[in-house]
Amino acid sequence: MQTDRGNAMGIIKTDKLTFEYIRRDEEGNVEGITRAVDEVDMDIRQGDFIAILGHNGSGKSTLAKHINAILYPTEGTVWVDGMNTQDENHLWDIRQEAGMVFQNPDNQIIGQVVEEDVGFGPENMGVPTEEIWERVEESLKAVGMYEFRKHSPNKLSGGQKQRVSIAGVIAMHPKCIILDEPTAMLDPNGRKEVVRAVRALNDVEGITVVLITHYMEEIIHADMVFVMDQGHVAMEGTPREIFSRVDELKELRLDVPQVTLLAHELRQKGVNLPEGILTIEEFTGALMAVSGNK
Amino acid sequence: MSLILDHVNYVYGEDTALAVHALKDINLVIPDGQFIGLIGHTGSGKSTLVQHLNGLMRPTSGAIYYNGEDIHDKDYEKKKLRSKVGLVFQYPEHQLFEIDVFKDVCFGPKNLGLSQKEAELRAYAALKQVGLGDEYFYQSPFDLSGGQKRRVAIAGVLAMKPEILILDEPTAGLDPKGRDEILDQIAKLKEETGITVILVSHSMEDVAKYVERIIVMNRGSVLYDDEPRQVFQHYKELEQVGLAAPQVTYIMQALARQGMEVDTAVTTIKEAEQEILRALSH
Amino acid sequence: MLRNGERMIRDITLGQYYQADSVIHKLDPRVKLVATIGFIISLFVVDSWVGYVVAALFLACMIKLSKVPFSYMVKGMKAIVFILLITVVFNLFLTPGEPLVTFWKLTITKEGLRIAVMMAVRLSFLIVGSSLMTLTTTPNSLTDGMEKLMGPLKYVKVPVHEVSMMMSIALRFIPILLEETDKIMKAQIARGADFESGNLIKKAKAMVPLLVPLFISAFRRANDLAMAMEARCYRGGEHRTKMKPLRYRGEDRMAYCVLLLYFAGCVAIRVWR
Repeated sequence: MQTDRGNAMGIIKTDKLTFEYIRRDEEGNVEGITRAVDEVDMDIRQGDFIAILGHNGSGKSTLAKHINAILYPTEGTVWVDGMNTQDENHLWDIRQEAGMVFQNPDNQIIGQVVEEDVGFGPENMGVPTEEIWERVEESLKAVGMYEFRKHSPNKLSGGQKQRVSIAGVIAMHPKCIILDEPTAMLDPNGRKEVVRAVRALNDVEGITVVLITHYMEEIIHADMVFVMDQGHVAMEGTPREIFSRVDELKELRLDVPQVTLLAHELRQKGVNLPEGILTIEEFTGALMAVSGNK
Repeated sequence: MSLILDHVNYVYGEDTALAVHALKDINLVIPDGQFIGLIGHTGSGKSTLVQHLNGLMRPTSGAIYYNGEDIHDKDYEKKKLRSKVGLVFQYPEHQLFEIDVFKDVCFGPKNLGLSQKEAELRAYAALKQVGLGDEYFYQSPFDLSGGQKRRVAIAGVLAMKPEILILDEPTAGLDPKGRDEILDQIAKLKEETGITVILVSHSMEDVAKYVERIIVMNRGSVLYDDEPRQVFQHYKELEQVGLAAPQVTYIMQALARQGMEVDTAVTTIKEAEQEILRALSH
Repeated sequence: MLRNGERMIRDITLGQYYQADSVIHKLDPRVKLVATIGFIISLFVVDSWVGYVVAALFLACMIKLSKVPFSYMVKGMKAIVFILLITVVFNLFLTPGEPLVTFWKLTITKEGLRIAVMMAVRLSFLIVGSSLMTLTTTPNSLTDGMEKLMGPLKYVKVPVHEVSMMMSIALRFIPILLEETDKIMKAQIARGADFESGNLIKKAKAMVPLLVPLFISAFRRANDLAMAMEARCYRGGEHRTKMKPLRYRGEDRMAYCVLLLYFAGCVAIRVWR
């Protein structure tokens, strides 16, 4: 079947993606139309680590749900690995290629035992029993949860539950994994666990990662960052480029790590520091250089 | 108007094999009008502690006094305590249930036995305190955004006119601006009414910015109880128990190691900025 | 009020799996399901003392083989103490027949005594027998077993897989919903709500601030879960494979034989007596 492939298309591509929904009041009368996603163009290459930032209500989650065909565009197109998401025949292939992990750790675990939950995806795909066990083992090892395979999910911490969900998605052998605010309900240690696991998947296994978040510290190692506001892409660039634009980020209801903000404030007061400082090492290095020149 | 905990212990499942000693000999004095930060890793006992402060849980041994009265005394009215010590749980919007916002906020005052008129006055004042516009008062709480729902839930507790307000992770799940807005609102409320505030949080940066006293819990005991400057000096020990200091602390320590003459005990960006400028001008 | 109810739910050995390495634990869940149903039927087949002794012996053997402490079996009885009491009292006093003891207007007849004891025994054995099944079988195996057993019903358009999936999801979420109930209750109590005092009507009204948020939360979870399942390629029971497929072993076939013998014995006793 002829698929609509662009030239050297990335693993995920969107073209003027728009999503609108009708707002109704209590009686069901139409109040208005909301454009949750507004003409978004994206081209993500296989193996990239992409971050999508935005305040609550910016449209980032709505955008994410188009990638694995949970939502369909009102206008525009989304392609996953060359397949148009609106093509019914490819629905399940798309969902297998683009796996998704959600925000609430409890509400995406189906199995009563960790290994059974990880096997859920492969079971749905009709993978033979022998192979399911292989996939479950390798996925759990990839996220560091193999010793917990016989445990009940109820006894796990938030970070551990999310790692199990990630394992459940990679057991489907997807080309990319989309994480919709996976750390929003976790404590700082849980957040670190999850981000570490996700980075390992990207670095080691070469899985494309799309991380949706509003925690700035998590995106430092991304290849590319998109900042959403009111449904469209307000800023686009590498983490360093994005972090340089502190005032813009604040207007978009976002924040920067303390070290970036401190550097920015000092620069405003005349200290000659470079833009887009991301880490403490960069900061101390730059500051020592400045003080050394006095 | 103070709360005193005297040798408080709490054991979960006392008679079973799986007994957990969640609170170990806690001695604390919560005086009037303080802004306190309560931090601790998950499982350190902070939720258990907080539920003892308004009488939801009862110590296995030890006593708790509010304004000099033992709250677990036979004749002490728990309901009275609940109106004085307000507790806002994590994700408080999950407790909303009424037909409209206003009615939901009236729930607390009505439970205290106030008249309809009194309850409505309280509800109105509380909703104003959290900065929610009039246009939302008669909407269904479920039609509001996450941040708005949270304000309604907090208003629900404020309507009880507590003297001590305990908030468990009030910024959980909010975006950066939303977090600032809620904490600023709480700080403003404290300024205006002199209410005592206990903020349970995982964000060291937030805690450092707003509170005057930090209580660190670890495995059921109080590890540190001091002002932020002092507590964050122990950043190495904090790391060992699964916590951290605000990023500013690490920045200043790194600079000091490089030979820069800065006060490493600063805990906020403003202070750090001043320190660095001062050091650079020498 | 709800506190006690909560504890009762936990005590009704529902999904209360007791970890142990016994012959019974290792049996195929289908065998255990059929055995439990068979045992319960047998309780109503026999109606003589001999019969009940045989049933008791059978049950005792199974309990011994399961390596589950007897105290766990008895836990489930706590929940039905009330029903048991009512059944006994009604049968004791309201059965017509040869009077034994009389006080005030109430008469205990010989038949009444006989039936009351019989019912008490049946109910107790029923509870203990079912508990044995849930104590030695994980809820997941149980739903797998039921799904396999009811498999043939597929051909008469019964949604076997869907029902089984619904049951295992419900079981998985019970502890989560219980925890949530606790949280909501505490939040409302912190706002001065009172779940303990008042008459029945007052108590019922007091449940609204508890039930409304709970329902909303349950729907939200269901929505999230459905999305997560679809994202993991769930599309119903068609073409699904199993990670842990059920296959009968020698021990299972032997267990069926034992069960058959027991049941035949019960029928024989009934007929003979």
